Amino acid sequence: MRTYKADLHIHSCLSPCADLDMSPKRIAEKSKAEGLDIIALCDHNSAENVEAAVRAGKVCGVHVLPGMEINSREEVHVLAIFDRPDQALAMQEVIYQGLKGVNRPEFFGDQVVVNGLDEVEGFNDRLLIGAVALGLEEIVRKIHALDGLCLASHVDRPSYSIMSQLGFVPPELKLDGLEVSDPEWAGSGGKDILDNVGLPLLTSSDAHFLADVGGRFSRFRMASASTGEIRLALQGKSGRAVEI
Amino acid sequence: MKLKEIIEKLPLKVVAGKEALDHEISGGYCGDLLSDVMANAEKGAAWLTVQGHQNIVAVALLRELAAIILVNGHQPDEETVAKADEEGVCVLTTPLTGYRLAGKLFECGLI
Repeated sequence: MRTYKADLHIHSCLSPCADLDMSPKRIAEKSKAEGLDIIALCDHNSAENVEAAVRAGKVCGVHVLPGMEINSREEVHVLAIFDRPDQALAMQEVIYQGLKGVNRPEFFGDQVVVNGLDEVEGFNDRLLIGAVALGLEEIVRKIHALDGLCLASHVDRPSYSIMSQLGFVPPELKLDGLEVSDPEWAGSGGKDILDNVGLPLLTSSDAHFLADVGGRFSRFRMASASTGEIRLALQGKSGRAVEI
Repeated sequence: MKLKEIIEKLPLKVVAGKEALDHEISGGYCGDLLSDVMANAEKGAAWLTVQGHQNIVAVALLRELAAIILVNGHQPDEETVAKADEEGVCVLTTPLTGYRLAGKLFECGLI
């Protein structure tokens, strides 16, 4: 058992609005420099850079979990985090089926697909900033069917969060945890709200720029770097724990 | 004015909560962010929204709203219909946009 420093919400240059400097290789190098043990690559509605990120992480000695940040029909952002790229790519298939529209780079920026060596492989022309035609409940079910972790993104923010869009966390929803952008918020006014929900909290950077990688992180006390261990840590089971 | 009087005049379809048609309706509120509706909608209002998630039923109960109207052809989730029937919350749908329906509600005297 040891402590892992983890930033489970990082965007790459594939995400609209993310900086072009956010290549998988640079993210991995910056993560190493920040002392992160685990990161999750979560681009908007797409997992096309996860294989490159996993490869880049291996070179640097950072464990990269492949993921995506899904924008549900209710316009709630949720993180889907997996152990292997094939799981993330299977989730991507589900998402792509429900995602309409074409990107306009002049408004949302280029959506760059790269390989582990920082070479541009192509541009994704889907409207990745859009919302998928799937409700939250169904998205959570699909993530769990693929053995992934499902975390509600930045619940303390006034846009694209479960609190802003749905007013409160539906008790029936089987989320694995809630990400807060500001741990201070969780410690003050938000604490009562979140206590009622009874779901574990974590924090991460939601970095769209290199300088923000590792700017916020959570510490996981667990036996290995895997989504199963993270789930145990979030639940505080078997001696595992999370600290924000 | 009763909810059923509005339904007779406008292109509204009842999809849940039929037993609530005798409820009094006193105004309206438009919003798709439930956090905003929870904070601001007034008791007795018809709530115009595109949000079909089951949380809308809880928000309608909390604010004692007269009805939820899904505008512009949007449909409620299955769980939403079940919950609304269970809780006696009237859910209506309309092909009209929120703007047009709000205009027609004004014409009916709901101002």
